Amino acid sequence: MMRSLSIAPEKCTGCLQCEMACSYENEGVFNPAKSRIKVFVFEHEGRNVPYTCTQCADAWCKNACPTEAIQINAATGAKEINNGLCVGCKVCTIACPFGTVNYNHATGKVIKCDLCGGDPACAKACPTQAITYVDADWTGYGKMRGWAERTDNQSSAQV
Amino acid sequence: MGWHKRVLRVNLTDGSCNAEALNMEWAAAYLGQRGLATKYLLEEIDPKVDPLSPENKLIFATGPLTGTMASTGGRYSVVTKGALTGAIACSNSGGYFGAELKFAGWDMIIFEGKAASPVYLLLRDDSAELLPADDLWGKSVWETDEILHRRHQDPQLRVSAIGKSGEEGVLFACIVNDLHRAAGRSGVGTVMGSKNLKAIAVRGTQGVKVKDPARFMRVVAEKKQILAENAVTSQGLPTYGTQVLMNVINEVGALPTKNAINVQFDGAGKISGEAMHEVRASDGKSNLVANKACFGCTIACGRISKMDKTHYTVVNRPEYWGASGGLEYEAAWALGAATGVDDLEALTFANFVCNEQAFDPITFGSTLGAAMELYEMGLISAADTGGTALNFGSAEALTKMAELVGKGEGFGKVLGLGSKRLCEKYGHPELSMSVKGQEFPAYDPRGIQGMGLTYATSNRGACHLRSYTVASEILGIPEKTDPLATEGKAGLVKAFQDATAAVDSTGLCLFTTFAWSLDDFQPQVDAACDGEWSLERLSEVGERIWNMERQFNLAAGFTGKDDTLPKRLRKDAAKTGPAKGRVNDLKKMLPEYYQLRGWDDIGVPTQETLARLGL
Amino acid sequence: MRHAIIGAGPTGVVAAETLRAQDPEAEVVLLGDEPEPAYSRMAIPYLLAGRIDETGTYLRHTPDHFENLGIRCIQDRVSHVDTDSRRLSLQNGSELEFDRLLIASGSHPVKPPIIGLDQPAIHHCWTLQDARRIMQHAAAGSRVVLMGAGFIGSIIMEAMVQRKVKLTVVEMADRMVPRMMDQTAGNLIKRWCMERGVDVRTSTRISAIEPDSSGGTRYRLQTDPAGEIAADLVVVATGVRPAIGFLEGSAIETRQGVVVDDHLQTSVEGIYAAGDVCDGFDWNTGNRAIHAIQPVAAETGRLAALNMSGCNTVYSGSLAMNVLDSIGLISTSYGQWQGVDGGDAAQLLDESRYRYIKLQFDGERLIGAITLGLTQHVGVLRGLIQSRIKLGGWKPRLVSDPTRIMEAYLAGMHL
Repeated sequence: MMRSLSIAPEKCTGCLQCEMACSYENEGVFNPAKSRIKVFVFEHEGRNVPYTCTQCADAWCKNACPTEAIQINAATGAKEINNGLCVGCKVCTIACPFGTVNYNHATGKVIKCDLCGGDPACAKACPTQAITYVDADWTGYGKMRGWAERTDNQSSAQV
Repeated sequence: MGWHKRVLRVNLTDGSCNAEALNMEWAAAYLGQRGLATKYLLEEIDPKVDPLSPENKLIFATGPLTGTMASTGGRYSVVTKGALTGAIACSNSGGYFGAELKFAGWDMIIFEGKAASPVYLLLRDDSAELLPADDLWGKSVWETDEILHRRHQDPQLRVSAIGKSGEEGVLFACIVNDLHRAAGRSGVGTVMGSKNLKAIAVRGTQGVKVKDPARFMRVVAEKKQILAENAVTSQGLPTYGTQVLMNVINEVGALPTKNAINVQFDGAGKISGEAMHEVRASDGKSNLVANKACFGCTIACGRISKMDKTHYTVVNRPEYWGASGGLEYEAAWALGAATGVDDLEALTFANFVCNEQAFDPITFGSTLGAAMELYEMGLISAADTGGTALNFGSAEALTKMAELVGKGEGFGKVLGLGSKRLCEKYGHPELSMSVKGQEFPAYDPRGIQGMGLTYATSNRGACHLRSYTVASEILGIPEKTDPLATEGKAGLVKAFQDATAAVDSTGLCLFTTFAWSLDDFQPQVDAACDGEWSLERLSEVGERIWNMERQFNLAAGFTGKDDTLPKRLRKDAAKTGPAKGRVNDLKKMLPEYYQLRGWDDIGVPTQETLARLGL
Repeated sequence: MRHAIIGAGPTGVVAAETLRAQDPEAEVVLLGDEPEPAYSRMAIPYLLAGRIDETGTYLRHTPDHFENLGIRCIQDRVSHVDTDSRRLSLQNGSELEFDRLLIASGSHPVKPPIIGLDQPAIHHCWTLQDARRIMQHAAAGSRVVLMGAGFIGSIIMEAMVQRKVKLTVVEMADRMVPRMMDQTAGNLIKRWCMERGVDVRTSTRISAIEPDSSGGTRYRLQTDPAGEIAADLVVVATGVRPAIGFLEGSAIETRQGVVVDDHLQTSVEGIYAAGDVCDGFDWNTGNRAIHAIQPVAAETGRLAALNMSGCNTVYSGSLAMNVLDSIGLISTSYGQWQGVDGGDAAQLLDESRYRYIKLQFDGERLIGAITLGLTQHVGVLRGLIQSRIKLGGWKPRLVSDPTRIMEAYLAGMHL
């Protein structure tokens, strides 16, 4: 069974442990600015919403990439950036309708969530289980999927 | 590692911003944040300077663990000579600002001099710019935050600012970051205002590295687990915040009420953490919306509240309808018990205003309590207050005065002096519930004896966060002591003071100490920081800091005579509760305390002590 | 089923792979007219900048990728399409029969009517071969004139600057990137480039290219308004046009490009068009539009292939979107960034720091945007536009602070 990140915003306290864990895992430094997961704080509502790539089936980023630099990890289903092939053209950053692929000035490449190869650091670091890595079928992931589909009305393939 | 080893020096007089190397010799002796910034201050200013003169300096300092994955690693401190006290001031805040400052690549910012006209500092990684703030002057913290985010088109910008109170010279103005996290006490915001510095906006993308990442990750995970398993840090604080204490402290008869005339408050239950969870009849919602973490914190004690939109204070004022920082225990006590007001919504409103205009609710509430006593004695009249009757228990007086203090207008100017100056002005200095000019908070030393010694000897004026013996005397952490006994309290206070000084220099939050002892900090510091950090070294750093702060105060003109308590606590016995009939027996504890500290009998550290600590 | 695809760019390659995935039995032929492996023009600026080698421009990197998929690649130019006999004539004289055809021939660079353009060291920047020639001439210290400050012109500036040439950019329009940026953004990009040593001349046209008789450089360029620019190399980037010449005399309807319906089918049944060559629809307005951009190339290639393989798939138009890196200043534009009648806009501008964001609304919906200096979560602008989300209470918040796009999007999902 493919697993995926499940986000429960109502449990999030906004501590950003996930962002630090992500940047440490992927960049070797505590640096939320380089995190692939981002917590959005809604001050007026008193809510915090962790947000990252849903590894959507449409793979807008992968399809838009002109150099085959975004590939699917067969084991996890994650869309992964191949830094050797990424030329830094940023087309994926504008093509992803979820805003979850970002350009990194320092490296001249893009960065996105790759599920840490199947053991996401953010989920491990979350102290409140607002982020969990679970079997895709029984998660609140359906909600995000639904949202993804809502965006997918440009080219609605009836496959 | 841990440190960036970089200090930003901002000269407001000539407008220059310069990077300099952090003094690593001092870092090795004082660790960071509270200790290290105090060392800089002591070296760089004459402790006798007028705190509101350009000669005073204002230091924003992070700790070596700020911005790391250690739980609660988001703290920073503002160190200066306090406007309210004239003593060393060190006010600690959470939120996201401190970590962001660290991510921008700085351990510390030292502001010196005074700008000719209002400015703010825009700090984006290595780039530091002083920009004109004429259009921000007069704006609240909330407005300033919004304007700066828009102006610099960066939702991730973190802003630390003063409100109008700090501009207008309210002596207990604080510095608020992330809308409702405050470097709260001693008037650090007043010092900032005196320098014409409105705000610091920071964005950092450089991150933080530690000495031994693998060991660090292992150790911080272990320590987080301790917090996750401890009842206080995993249940009490997330559920009720520090407000878990309101009913507890009231029951032990240590809730200073109506300017400490009483030690128990009939309305405590109505302003407690439990009450914040209750569904309101008016709108079917509870005051509390959520608990909120500061950066890196796995406890998440912060209160996020929403006002009842039908409450008289906010009708047709939608700017107060959104969620914002709710009542923490000390604020609820000061705005409520100290004034006798039991209207939770009025307290919440006053608390919002404290955040919005950046002033300390503890000193404000205590000062208002003193003013209410003077009013009821007939020494302050409605003519003085602009027509508001300042009776104990008046919610209207509370909310009206909060708004006036926030703007530094009308009677708010008088209240803005703090209780010591206010009570002197009306001829009754003894009615000020303060030590070294600073009001004591929510624990009555008649019912918790150790807190009397805590307040009397606190270097920044009366304060609970310098040695929180409540942990031992009431909560039994690390072990239970009798709150009504004086025996052993000198040693307890000293131990808490030294450990706290060390904790406050790490970049982590003191609230972890409900579950952690210094032993738990030590391996985290050791894995992050250059050098070997043993428990002994960490303890000694704490003791060294305490003595250095004492040196600052002695040089500023304080003496052992200032290690005292308001007469009311020493002479007027508690009228109700378990402490009924008791006063605080400070004189039984203080000499032993001096002796344990290695100070002479007038409270001056001996040469041996100074030499032992390398001072 | 025999599928033929004209054009081995991103559209053709994605289409070929999609056809194969849909039908393992089908015959798939991919025709490209350049003597190169399938490559991406998008990557050429990075080749010029020396950040990648030629293999870095390739669309697929696995050796024998197409062979392994059973996709037959032919390197030849199609000279004629016979829609009755379902036959392609190739330049080498051979013919190819097909059942379904995809026209993905892309675009050609436009050659402006300037005297003296047909000389050595005057090149488009369109093909790998062009890139090789440019690299040959763009030596450090040489004088390079870039004709046109559109998307392509602007994106190769950085490469030129890195090659340490003396660069002059000449643009007819009154600003840089006029088809993707408004006056404010175009002017800021110009100022940014000039601060980095590029001589940018807008509202200027080159009238003639003459040999430099003094011998200092190769050419002297005459400009209007009157002026002269010395050049060792001239790069012509004055726009592109759909490559439809080979369709002349066929039954396939063309206007600017190949006219398609809402399934990307042309006027001839079984013949489809996708990518730069395709005269499709603008997703926002429903009007005819050609969006010669990478994401549309890939998306329409996939959609056309699905229809060709019998999987009925509606094409509801393409959303214009661009991202440009001009010497480190990153800009994007989306959809109807010019705004619409009766709509309203919100913007923030910080000229001194090159930060700009402009949102265009039609009622409660976002329909277009321009950003300068924004790299985080910028894609969500597409999400906001394309999901046609009604912003409700978030509209005034976005008007007050347009940078809160991510929150506006998430609010609909999680609050």
